[in-house]
Amino acid sequence: MIEQRQLLNQKDIQITIERLCQQLIENHGDFKNTVIVGVQPRGTFLSNRIIGKLKQLLNTTDVESGSLDISFYRDDLRRRDEPIVPEVMDMNLSLEGKDVVLIDDVLFTGRSIRSAIDALMAFGRPKSVELLTLIDRRFSRDLPIQPNYVGRTIDAIDSERVIVEWKEVNGKDRILMVKSD
Amino acid sequence: MSNLSVDHLLGIKYLIKSDIDLIFKTADNFKKIINQPIKKVPSLRDVTIANLFFENSTRTKLSFELAEKRLSADVINFASASSSVTKGETLLDTVNNILAMKVDIVVIRHPNPGASVFLSRNIDAKIVNAGDGTHEHPTQALLDAYSIREKYGEVVGKKIVIVGDILHSRVALSNIYCLQKLGAEVKVCGPSSLMPKHLHALGVTHFSDLKEALVWCDVANVLRIQLERQDVNYFPSLREYAMVYGVNKEMLDSLEKEITIMHPGPINRGVELSSDVADSKHAIILDQVENGVAIRMAVLYLLAGKIKN
Repeated sequence: MIEQRQLLNQKDIQITIERLCQQLIENHGDFKNTVIVGVQPRGTFLSNRIIGKLKQLLNTTDVESGSLDISFYRDDLRRRDEPIVPEVMDMNLSLEGKDVVLIDDVLFTGRSIRSAIDALMAFGRPKSVELLTLIDRRFSRDLPIQPNYVGRTIDAIDSERVIVEWKEVNGKDRILMVKSD
Repeated sequence: MSNLSVDHLLGIKYLIKSDIDLIFKTADNFKKIINQPIKKVPSLRDVTIANLFFENSTRTKLSFELAEKRLSADVINFASASSSVTKGETLLDTVNNILAMKVDIVVIRHPNPGASVFLSRNIDAKIVNAGDGTHEHPTQALLDAYSIREKYGEVVGKKIVIVGDILHSRVALSNIYCLQKLGAEVKVCGPSSLMPKHLHALGVTHFSDLKEALVWCDVANVLRIQLERQDVNYFPSLREYAMVYGVNKEMLDSLEKEITIMHPGPINRGVELSSDVADSKHAIILDQVENGVAIRMAVLYLLAGKIKN
């Protein structure tokens, strides 16, 4: 049997993104030395929203950004039945000396973020790297990785899955917790 | 499009179209990686690859080795000229000895057709055929088709003529399989003494006139005359071959459209290609070399994903 429960609706997500943007502005000011990097595939939906909102709030068209594919940096290549098929990498920039904000939708074990930090280093040595995530599944980390900006912190057990749906793909924005036994 | 349908890359013949599409899609990413400031990824850091070259090679060997190193694999190299093969060891014994050193993937080039198929049946490692005699050279065909796709956006519907020594060419056979699977139209051109007997069985027709072939095609893949594989004289002289089947600048200028010239290397300048063609904007020979690394990274990466711990 599959149980599902809605964690955030469209309005909640909108308010959360707005708050995250304000927090980013508090720390990064005019974003002149900051690069926003979305983790492919799902983090880029969130990073695109955040970039859009930041441009509106800062009244600028100039926020540097990229989409990072982490497939080749993962640690589970030979531990899966299906191959890891890469996504598009769009990183036509240098991160040398930049303040990077890494964005992903759900932080779970921390392994994707470990891979993403590794992948980032191929584009130069950033001054700093921060992590922004819409959902933080606390108490489920395999690695010592914590986010700097969190949309919503949730407690979930391993058999539960958090699904983030975006208007661009699923028709509407919502976040669900799905439990199957 | 989720996984390769094969466990080894023995030839294009054994692949299905979705395998080729998956390799191309993966290669797109690796091409970006090899143009990054840091060109190395850690994907295969717990994988050991043996390059067994029982036949001379410069480009393919370097390309494979670079691909392996860019994927962070551990690499061991073997060249038959400096090995115990000259002392009378069999292929299977040589390879089993190397495998006892815990090798996961074997890249093999061998003068005998079918050597890689034989190995895949007898040893427990993923095999990549880097050219087996006159049989197949799958990574070359993949990178050729990939270069055509890069230049034109797609391969389907394109007209490709392969010029030269089709009889002795593993590149030609792999190219024919690969391009046909991707929906291109393939014809060959060259002296009839260098055409295989059962060409029609591959669904390929033959031009004996080079000009006619060039007028027909979008892309001409020009092959080297493989003198080392020719046991008898198939044509009177290289000079005569160059006069009748050598592609030169005037010939290309006289065409109404612009065609692309490819060559798997090494080029014999002045024989199958004149120097001014090899260095012209028509030629994408160096793009082929760059794409070769990306394609080989993709193949090794996808096969490594099938190794179970």
